[in-house]
Amino acid sequence: MNLHEYQGKELFKKFGLPVSNNKVITSADDAINACRDIGGSKWVVKAQVHAGGRGKAGGVKLVNTPDEALDFANHWLGKRLVTYQTDSNGQLVNAILIEECTDIEKELYLSAVVDRGAQRIVFIGSSEGGVNIEEVAENTPEKIIYEPIDPLTGPMGFQSRKISKVLGLNNEQSKQFSKMLPQLTDLFISHDLSLLEINPLVITQGGKLHCLDAKINIDSNAVYRQPEIQAMHDPSQEDPRESEAAMHDLSYVSLDGNIGCMVNGAGLAMGTMDTIKYFGGSPANFLDVGGTATQERVSKAFKLILADPEVRVVLVNIFGGIVRCDLIAEGILAAIEEVGVSIPVVVRLEGNNADIGSSILAESNTEIVSLNNLEDAAKKAVELSK
Amino acid sequence: MSILVDKNTRLLVQGFTGSQATLHSEQSIEYGTNIVGGVTPGKGGQVHLGTPVFNSVHEAMEAVKPNASIIFVPAQFCKDSILEAADAGIKLIICITEGVPTLDMLIVKKRIDELGITLIGPNCPGIITPGEAKLGIMPGSIHMKGSVGIISRSGTLTYEAVKQTSDLGLGQSTCVGIGGDPIPGTSFVDVLKMMQEDEQTKAIVMVGEIGGTAEEEAADFIKENVTKPVISYIAGQTAPAGKRMGHAGAIIAGGKGTAADKIKKLEECGVHIAENLLQIGAKAKEVLS
Repeated sequence: MNLHEYQGKELFKKFGLPVSNNKVITSADDAINACRDIGGSKWVVKAQVHAGGRGKAGGVKLVNTPDEALDFANHWLGKRLVTYQTDSNGQLVNAILIEECTDIEKELYLSAVVDRGAQRIVFIGSSEGGVNIEEVAENTPEKIIYEPIDPLTGPMGFQSRKISKVLGLNNEQSKQFSKMLPQLTDLFISHDLSLLEINPLVITQGGKLHCLDAKINIDSNAVYRQPEIQAMHDPSQEDPRESEAAMHDLSYVSLDGNIGCMVNGAGLAMGTMDTIKYFGGSPANFLDVGGTATQERVSKAFKLILADPEVRVVLVNIFGGIVRCDLIAEGILAAIEEVGVSIPVVVRLEGNNADIGSSILAESNTEIVSLNNLEDAAKKAVELSK
Repeated sequence: MSILVDKNTRLLVQGFTGSQATLHSEQSIEYGTNIVGGVTPGKGGQVHLGTPVFNSVHEAMEAVKPNASIIFVPAQFCKDSILEAADAGIKLIICITEGVPTLDMLIVKKRIDELGITLIGPNCPGIITPGEAKLGIMPGSIHMKGSVGIISRSGTLTYEAVKQTSDLGLGQSTCVGIGGDPIPGTSFVDVLKMMQEDEQTKAIVMVGEIGGTAEEEAADFIKENVTKPVISYIAGQTAPAGKRMGHAGAIIAGGKGTAADKIKKLEECGVHIAENLLQIGAKAKEVLS
């Protein structure tokens, strides 16, 4: 799950990290008052969407009068911002963050991730900020430090000094950073983050470290124990079908093809997409009905697939391990009865109770093509999609 | 010979009386697995599936001496259950549950490494040595005793590989599902090491998927240490970047972890690539003949 920049900065503030004085507005009418409350004579206005690349797309602006902030809010609120990280529809702007303007001396990079190789939380720091860190890693690897945190000790002072050196901090800033590193680690662990990125972390003209951006992702598996984070969830930033699926515990990712897929198991779901492509077709979605698929969930999955107007045929591929194929068969029939299906459905059942499942489908009076071999089923689905 | 589990495995089931644990324990017993009891706190003293229920792994340890444990408890209790089994002295722990928080696994992984314990999973189908013992949720009927060792990050994809190798008469030595999470208890490399030393295993099928660098690390290890033929299929060749494809670990992040990168690296290290999942069995047969 992702947070907005303003939500990330609320958390930063709570953990004692330096962020700009700011206000969030959801109505343009509040823009002028927000600027006056913040004070000063220059402000930065930022459209709040779950995507990077906002600056280049016009979603971030430096304004010199409250009226300009009002214009910006009027322009963006309720519109969709398209950046290089979004799809062509972009992301809906529901909120604008207005901040006091920070005079920047230098831009740095700092992030923390769960590193799968190291099996640790790893801090990544670089003296090159405000740019794409992957490019820095590619071109000038010596300007990046990777510092893993031992779960037993937490971040140590020497680690803060190591990172400070690569960031190019002076003694005063290094001292400030030695306070920030444990604060960031506390935030990361206590809120079950999977990514925390400050790009850029800046040195102000006053010589202080300051968090100019905040990108935070939370481990989806741990959201259940993070009530504060649950309250920050913004479904408007997600694909509506993907949110709908998540509500029913289904993993769904929409794609641009025309063969709807319902598969049990994430690996097999990917493998089924690959197989469709291999035989010249194009998958409309990734959908894992999961390990404990009930008839109700299978019905929901079916409706989700059929809600996509591009879908011309549905390929159901079930290898029963946890999921019993007779349950799947009943779910398919229940869904077909409930929604009414006017497109062909190809079903391949294999494994646990596959025979019973197949006979349930065969005995039904529906137009289901039941094949127990994936190659035949995939070819049939591709043929029917043309 | 086989790896990790055989006829001598004495299995304890944690979360024993729950519906999923019950369903799969019944099937495991039917397959011939020696389940010696189970644990459900608060239900100690009951009898379930003809075996005793205990309040803790420690009590079970004393009474029925299990040497492996399989965990079906809900995700929020897995850290506790794994560490309980570890503390009680069980050396092989299999965690089936999906959805364990990653930061829980960081702590668990450090602890089990210190204690020299093998943890398979979480978010995995378990382990099976065909004809000997089934510790997991895989359908036993598709397996056949044989010569191919199978390691996989995905449950149902493992079943595909199993079915194909059975249909072609090759069979399997042991199949290990290491799970689809970002921090698995056991890596491809750990299992490759065991399969290289196992006499029954003549070829190894490694089923990977997008995300992380586990396949790349395995490729380096294979190049230096594995003399048996390795066949690999990587799922997610059509997966878009930046989207989590079901498994917590299956995501192409920052352009890293694509199927194409993994396939290239595996090929460079001498691994036989099954371009499509339908070719896994045929590829295994080809390299074995």
